[in-house]
Amino acid sequence: MGRKGNFQERVKSGPGRKTKKQADPTFAPEILEAKNAPTQTLNLSRRQRTRVKKREELKSQLKTRGAIPTTAKGKKRAVKIPQSDDDSDDENLDNEDEEMEDGGNLIGYSDENQKWLKPVAETLKRKFGDYHSDEEEDGEDEELEDEEDDDLMPDSFANSDEDDDDGDGDENEEGDEEGDEEGDEEEGGSDEDEAMLPIEREAKKMEKKQKKLQKIAQMDMDEAMLSNQPHEAITLPTVLELAEEAAKPPDLHILQTRMKDIINVLQNFSKLREEGRSREEYLECLKRDLCQYYNYNEFMMEKFMQIFPVSEIMEVLEANEVQRPVTIRTNSLKTRRRDLAQALINRGVNLDPVGKWSKVGLVVYSSQVPLGATPEYLAGHYILQGASSLLPVMALAPQESERILDMASAPGGKTTHIAALMKNTGLLVANDANKERTKAVVGNVHRLGITNTVICSQDGREIPKMMKGFDRVLLDAPCSGSGVISKDPDAKAKKDQRDIKVVANLQKELILAAIDALDAKSKTGGYLVYSTCSILPEENENIVNYALGKRHVKLVPAGVDFGVEGFTKYREFRYHPSLKLTRRFYPHTHNMDGFFVAKFKKLSNAIPQTHNNKADESEAEENQDDEVPDKQQLKKKERIERKMKKKQAKLDLESSKDLVKPQKKKRRFEEPKPEATNNEELPPSNDQDSEPVKEMPEEKPDQTTPAHSPAVTRSGRTPKPALMTKGQTLRAAKTPILKTRKGKKNENDSPPKDQGQSKASPKADQAPKSGKGRVSEVKETGSPVISAQVKKGQTPKAGKMTKGSVQDRTPKAKVGQSPKMNSVPTPKVGKGKEGASPNEKSPQTPKGRKGGQSPKVIATPKIKKTPLKARSAQKKSPKSGKKGKK
Amino acid sequence: MRPLTEDETKALFEKLSKYIGENIKCLLDRPDGLYCFRLQKDRVFYVQEKIMKMAATFPRDALMSLGTCFGKFTKSGKFRLHITALDFLAPYAKHKVWLKASAEQQFLYGRNAMKSGLGRITENTDKYQGVVVYSMSDLPLGFGVAAKATAECRHAEPMSVVCFHQADVGEYIRNEAMLI
Repeated sequence: MGRKGNFQERVKSGPGRKTKKQADPTFAPEILEAKNAPTQTLNLSRRQRTRVKKREELKSQLKTRGAIPTTAKGKKRAVKIPQSDDDSDDENLDNEDEEMEDGGNLIGYSDENQKWLKPVAETLKRKFGDYHSDEEEDGEDEELEDEEDDDLMPDSFANSDEDDDDGDGDENEEGDEEGDEEGDEEEGGSDEDEAMLPIEREAKKMEKKQKKLQKIAQMDMDEAMLSNQPHEAITLPTVLELAEEAAKPPDLHILQTRMKDIINVLQNFSKLREEGRSREEYLECLKRDLCQYYNYNEFMMEKFMQIFPVSEIMEVLEANEVQRPVTIRTNSLKTRRRDLAQALINRGVNLDPVGKWSKVGLVVYSSQVPLGATPEYLAGHYILQGASSLLPVMALAPQESERILDMASAPGGKTTHIAALMKNTGLLVANDANKERTKAVVGNVHRLGITNTVICSQDGREIPKMMKGFDRVLLDAPCSGSGVISKDPDAKAKKDQRDIKVVANLQKELILAAIDALDAKSKTGGYLVYSTCSILPEENENIVNYALGKRHVKLVPAGVDFGVEGFTKYREFRYHPSLKLTRRFYPHTHNMDGFFVAKFKKLSNAIPQTHNNKADESEAEENQDDEVPDKQQLKKKERIERKMKKKQAKLDLESSKDLVKPQKKKRRFEEPKPEATNNEELPPSNDQDSEPVKEMPEEKPDQTTPAHSPAVTRSGRTPKPALMTKGQTLRAAKTPILKTRKGKKNENDSPPKDQGQSKASPKADQAPKSGKGRVSEVKETGSPVISAQVKKGQTPKAGKMTKGSVQDRTPKAKVGQSPKMNSVPTPKVGKGKEGASPNEKSPQTPKGRKGGQSPKVIATPKIKKTPLKARSAQKKSPKSGKKGKK
Repeated sequence: MRPLTEDETKALFEKLSKYIGENIKCLLDRPDGLYCFRLQKDRVFYVQEKIMKMAATFPRDALMSLGTCFGKFTKSGKFRLHITALDFLAPYAKHKVWLKASAEQQFLYGRNAMKSGLGRITENTDKYQGVVVYSMSDLPLGFGVAAKATAECRHAEPMSVVCFHQADVGEYIRNEAMLI
């Protein structure tokens, strides 16, 4: 029934009777000479001349059939060769000389003719030189030139025998040329030749001819390779051309030739490039063309170009356009591969084993029935599965009666493969986050008769919380799908940086969860296999490297003996050297989906805590910075913000009882200021207070006259210190949202700047603008709490002191606070300073500080307290700041 | 996930016994470990006890399947066998029907089996007896109910139904989403 390809009765290859090569035609010497006979051209008109020539030609043809004016082709060659560049100039000259001679001898060439015939050739060159340079294919060139010749030099040649021209023309002409060139040799060797039989002589000639032909062909090729490219390289499209192209629908042919040219140039850049063009320009152009030709988006194309060398890129992209062969996996629980193959062959399926590396895979070349609906399929004898997805399971090498987890299982191909290798013993947990997709797993598991499987739909990251101690874990992580573009072309056009980052982030979390779910003490296992159907290092090596740093795991050989080694370095990344043990698979080299497999062995169950946390934090920060805040966290943040607002509103209300509105508003702004001023800057501020106060009467109250409104506000607040601080901390949490990490980073470096700060503050306070700036800065630091407390405790004093204009005392106050406080306000100060009055204060600040340090003894207990609180506040603040950031 | 109640067990066993008779014992006493029936979201799963215990660690709403699903209880309390149970019904089936290759496809699309497609039938099959349907090459295709006793079949017209369709393996692709 089934039609199996019968490969036994293959037609023999090699030279048979029919393929025996016929000898090239040979011509009597008379004929060859005949063409040299000069034709007389009188002062005829152009048309007359052509007619005459036709006639003559016809005559000669009648006489000697097969003799064809060689000149046309001779010309052609002459025309063509000159295109080649400087290297071949000498040749050109020679050729031209030949041409001249030929011209002299040729039919229809008179002296008069020669004059203008030459120019025609040259104009041809000129006219079409550019064009030729664009055209790579010699064939096309020749055709074109044929036409040109016919068109432009009709007088010199008869058009009558066009047919011959196309057909035998080439050979004949070349033969003729050789004849011309070799004339001497042949004559020279004629003595010997006479000894030979005529046939032998012929044969010798033929050999020579063939060699010549080959040489010429080779030369042509070389020219095409060498000389043409520089021309093309020059023709990198200009902006205008690009705009034009963009307006029209893309001409794929042009694109393709240009891409090839550019790739050629890039491979031999120093020689072939156009002067003054950088590699980037070429790459840019290539990328654009590739994007257009293959419908990728720029991002994905860039990624591909980063991974693959220029020489391979076309292959890769081509491979991505072609469907991979259908492969099926035998269900070893229900049948054997041989039986299955027989059954399928009987149904008219043409198949073969997938390779020596797999005992269950079959490649299907063609099928007369839908493979996904045969009775064998329904009975669970096989499953449709890509060849690449056999690899991670082979790497996992599951053993009987183990406990195994498949973290991202849908649609169940690998799951069922694992279960089959376990022979339905032990426990297999198949998880997939997507409930809909688990239905496919359920279907496949039941169809293939697997009974040891628990299928659940959970977030993979939660699994270690529910169940640990697996002997092996397979994590076929969700990925961008850059390896399976042939299956899902969406990936090439719709993925961008963000998608990759989102996915990579998820993969990191999953791989840690997977490792946590493993049991390092397992007698048989403790292995994790991580695989993706992506080829981007961001989703592969990066993740593996990350896991190596986060948990006690090591990489072990993947157990698959083919494939390409994983990258140990990629662009700016330097990975652990053991990443060589991972395996990559590419569509264009392995004819399976792009794939990545890494196998880990877990060394200990302990999770490296200490550095881990730090790393986690920094990780988290990074992640937060560039993407994807968790929804929950977002919600939390929102909630907090709302609370804060409420509280703030309350506070405002309370204070508003005592305050006039404008003041209140101002107060909001200034709240942070007073702390700043109080903390360290009082001494200098006091000095300068007098002036600024005058300038800005509004702000006085805060610093100079605490008794007034500011005092009131403070008093209003003081009764509820907790609230206040809270509110402020909250605000702190909020504010950093606006301004990001600066504050944090600055915290540490701040001390040196403090000095500057102290000077700055006073002015800043006074100038409303600067004040604003400061506020925001305060926020940055993320510990406005301090200010509140400071206010409560000290500010009044400070204010009094300032009133009294006691310069000596203020330093003390500073001193007490400064050591710890410094860090907080400093960044602001620096900025504030710049904004306000950089010149004056710089000299003073150091003073103030020093002065402050010396009187330490004097510092009041109250003041001392603050630092503690401040510390706590600081502790809090960074956290809040973090949350806020998102 | 919970063990079946008495009523449920009764309903289940009654249904199973229609197909495999007293072979139910073979399902419960197995040499390779303890097996049990568990109810989860109205579905009945037949699973090794060891696996069941481990599966209990997963939250109920996340647990999609464990072991093999035999069928489900309808809202009215009846038990309905699913095609997924075929793996356990086929080996123990008491009464079988074999279909000719030409009728196979029809049955796999959910049609009843006609006399014309009937290849073989077990002797002594009663009317309305549960039967497992096989292809002529002994691949189990599904199960159904005999519309006629063996004796009646002999004299039936070619186009008359001999086996009512209940479930067939075609559901794996036809109805994957509603499989269990």
